[in-house]
Amino acid sequence: METTTRSSATRDGLGVGIAVGLSGVAFGAAAVTAGLSVAQACALSLFAFTGASQFALVGVVAGGGNLVAGTAGAMLLGARNSLYGLRMAGVLDIRGWRRPLTAQGVIDETTAVALAQPDQESSRTAFLVTFVSLYLTWNATTLLGALGTSWVADPAVFGLDAVGPATFLAILWPRLTGSGPEARALRLIAGCGAVIALAATPFTPPGVPVLLASVAVLAVILRRPR
Amino acid sequence: MTLWWAIVATCAACYALKLAGLSAPRRILDHPGVQRFATLVPVALLAALIAVQTFGHGQALHLDWPRTAGMGAAVLALLLRAPFLVVLAAAAVVTAALRHLLN
Repeated sequence: METTTRSSATRDGLGVGIAVGLSGVAFGAAAVTAGLSVAQACALSLFAFTGASQFALVGVVAGGGNLVAGTAGAMLLGARNSLYGLRMAGVLDIRGWRRPLTAQGVIDETTAVALAQPDQESSRTAFLVTFVSLYLTWNATTLLGALGTSWVADPAVFGLDAVGPATFLAILWPRLTGSGPEARALRLIAGCGAVIALAATPFTPPGVPVLLASVAVLAVILRRPR
Repeated sequence: MTLWWAIVATCAACYALKLAGLSAPRRILDHPGVQRFATLVPVALLAALIAVQTFGHGQALHLDWPRTAGMGAAVLALLLRAPFLVVLAAAAVVTAALRHLLN
């Protein structure tokens, strides 16, 4: 039984890691088109390793915008990883020299796949497999996209831009479709989170809408103290 | 050279943000309110990401038909209890096919 859940954690992790990682092509191509060198594009994927922030900085460079504002925008998008870290600290329970290495992997996809698992052991497996496969694929495809902006196809042609949101939907689904007060609370949080983010999108810089969605949690916690 | 500084600052800040959450003191993590918040907050953030990545385009909201249909296919696959990777494939294939047809 345990082997089954762990191998399904491995399969899910590899699927998400490779499918989402392929979008590194789009990042590499966008970065070089914006005026970054190949080394600069690769440095961002290796060391920042959080797609939304990377795209934000490159977008500002492409538009000839202020680099300080670009860095600030990337930070706003990266701030949600701190919130994921609060959750993953308990799941991963990692100390010592492994923690600084593990921290690099705390992003949307790894958190999502880890939290979709039924037990802690397979959550850890899922985190690790998603992290490693996504890190390798993302960095390899960043290099490919940066080197071959002209001949690399746009990932949107393959529908890869739908893989991210579909991943998050598939992971939330079982938790939202259950019955009972917990599932009702989660549906409320998810619904409010989505509405808040969409409502805030036209009025706030990128990154802020998703952070604001966390207010939905506070509303539910304060309404039902526990 | 200034671009390199922006890149170094972005890398350092993004990494520090990840490490900060993971290294929060035990005392804070063990607080029941923080635990409840930390357990629930990924649900709000992931739901927000689904909405923004499906309907957002920079700071504008817009309906990308192929992508929306791809998400519809994902919902259908979930209703049919398809395995996880089939759900992702359904979203990508429908999005790609419609994009190909509409172009």
